[in-house]
Amino acid sequence: MTASIATNQTILVVGGGISGMTAALEAAECGKQVLLVEKTPTLGGRTAQLYRYFPKMCHPTCGMEINLKRIKGNPNVRVMTMTQVVAVAGSRGDYSVTLKVAPRYVNENCTACGKCGEAVKSEIPDAYNYGLGKVKAAYLPHTMAYPQRYVIDASIVGTPEGEAAKAACPVNAVDLGMQEEAVEIKVGAVVWATGWRPFDANKIQPYGYDRFANVITSVEFERLADPHGPTGGKLLRPSDGKEAKNVAFIQCAGSRDENYLRHCSRICCMASLKQTQYVREAWGDEGKSTVYYIDIRAIDRFEDFYANVWKDPTVSFVKSKVARIAENEANGNPVLHGVNTEGYHRYATEHDLVVLAVGMEPEVTGVKLPADIVMDSSNFIEGSKDGGMFGAGAASSPLDVNRAVQSATAASLKAIQVIHKNASTEAA
Amino acid sequence: MSNANQQAVAKYKNNFLKEVEANVEEGHWVKMCMQCGVCAGSCPLGPHWEHSPQKIFMMIRAGKREEVLGSDSMWMCTSCYNCIVRCPRKLPITHIMHGLANYSHRLGLAPKGQPTREIAKLFWDNLVKTGRVNELKFSLAMYFKDGFGQGVKNAMAMQGIGLGLMKAGRLNPMEIFGGHVCKDKSGVQKMIAKAREIEDRRKSLA
Repeated sequence: MTASIATNQTILVVGGGISGMTAALEAAECGKQVLLVEKTPTLGGRTAQLYRYFPKMCHPTCGMEINLKRIKGNPNVRVMTMTQVVAVAGSRGDYSVTLKVAPRYVNENCTACGKCGEAVKSEIPDAYNYGLGKVKAAYLPHTMAYPQRYVIDASIVGTPEGEAAKAACPVNAVDLGMQEEAVEIKVGAVVWATGWRPFDANKIQPYGYDRFANVITSVEFERLADPHGPTGGKLLRPSDGKEAKNVAFIQCAGSRDENYLRHCSRICCMASLKQTQYVREAWGDEGKSTVYYIDIRAIDRFEDFYANVWKDPTVSFVKSKVARIAENEANGNPVLHGVNTEGYHRYATEHDLVVLAVGMEPEVTGVKLPADIVMDSSNFIEGSKDGGMFGAGAASSPLDVNRAVQSATAASLKAIQVIHKNASTEAA
Repeated sequence: MSNANQQAVAKYKNNFLKEVEANVEEGHWVKMCMQCGVCAGSCPLGPHWEHSPQKIFMMIRAGKREEVLGSDSMWMCTSCYNCIVRCPRKLPITHIMHGLANYSHRLGLAPKGQPTREIAKLFWDNLVKTGRVNELKFSLAMYFKDGFGQGVKNAMAMQGIGLGLMKAGRLNPMEIFGGHVCKDKSGVQKMIAKAREIEDRRKSLA
């Protein structure tokens, strides 16, 4: 069994969202060496972009803080942000991985004082808010960002603004000469925690996400409700800033559909049920939520949450996949057309705002992964044929935060088993 | 009750879904419907039929044989294909509607005088005679299907278009005397008869 002997005892975790952080920490806290790489400038991933979790309705900042504290306090984890995996060679126990590190233009001296941001006028779309707002081209990704270091956007490098940011920095942290770097590393096992992305709602043409300002996605609604979001936590609709009191939620927007995503994304029912409570939180009894659904999949212990939302008089349910959305041009209200299959009633119903409960698509869809990686029909990662690489969290299946953490722990355990089969244990 | 209908009832007993799967074009898809209702909401003829496609699929599964086969809902389909495009399970709904209409017609259960059915019959009879569609005879047959008086009225209403077609060389008044035929008229008829025989044997309609 020489082929399975690990020559390297480092575990590489790809992706720094909740799954990647969990997988890295579980292994590191077992005493293993872990390299955690993240494509964006900060850890936290899409979990950090949520306003509240279901079913307890608590804020993700709490869990994030705990995990970041664990990472900061653990010398076994090394974190590299703005880093992508470009190639993986070798096999189980002995992989050579090529990483590409994008320039941040800000070094470790940064204290996140914000002076560079003040010196810069140009703005770029705010990725943290799914592009709903803008940030300065010298920015901290969000308040919980780790590392707490600013990023200078490449668009102002080589311009007077870039120089202004450099001049404004009191600790000499701005380094406009940074270049993209390629790094070669050796690892024994790889955990792919590359996560998910919201399905591109533009593809669902009958819903007019690209045509109607007041048709938004569930992840955007999450940002609207968040005090750190573009509206400061007020549910104001995009077209005219009007208070969105009558909100429709359309389930299976992309999921369970042979034309778009074949799989059930699993989280969207609970996410919409949760979001009806944002409407209640904002407007009390004046708010009104309508959930258009095929069937509600609130699995196991979530049934309770569903039962409580069902009792809420501000929430109503229509058993129907909406056929199409039109717009009342006079007031900008989206108008939903379809047939309620309970009684077969045809409806044309106006709402202030429509939230598409978009499905989960693996973030790596369309990305060239190592040939050895096996994916299912929806591009979720099952693992590698040689048994040295594993999928974790939403990269492996559509999962909520709780289940993603379980999945990541499992993947971490499998990775530990790979590196345990090293030369010293085999000899002994 | 027609002989074929009696045989079908006896053969499939109360399992109408099995009967549809065996005898209706694309009928095996019916069980795949998940009752989301997007076909009903997408149909431009929606307000005009009694049962929407997904309701018909549920009725089939519930064994409502007479209600389904006697319904005129599937005859309202204009083949716009909106439902097929949007169906999340990719059911060929348009084709199933035509399959159901055809099956109910063959069993003699389709609603009498349903205009789509009458026109389909006229078109078919016209076509099989010569292997070519005789537009003039087909138009006249359509105009006069509801009686002589109505036929004259229809013909008068359409005369502008008729004259235009004639001027453009698209309609030949001499077609009334026999008209154009395909090279091997009897061969085409034999072919259609044979196809019919095979289909009837397969669907136990003989």
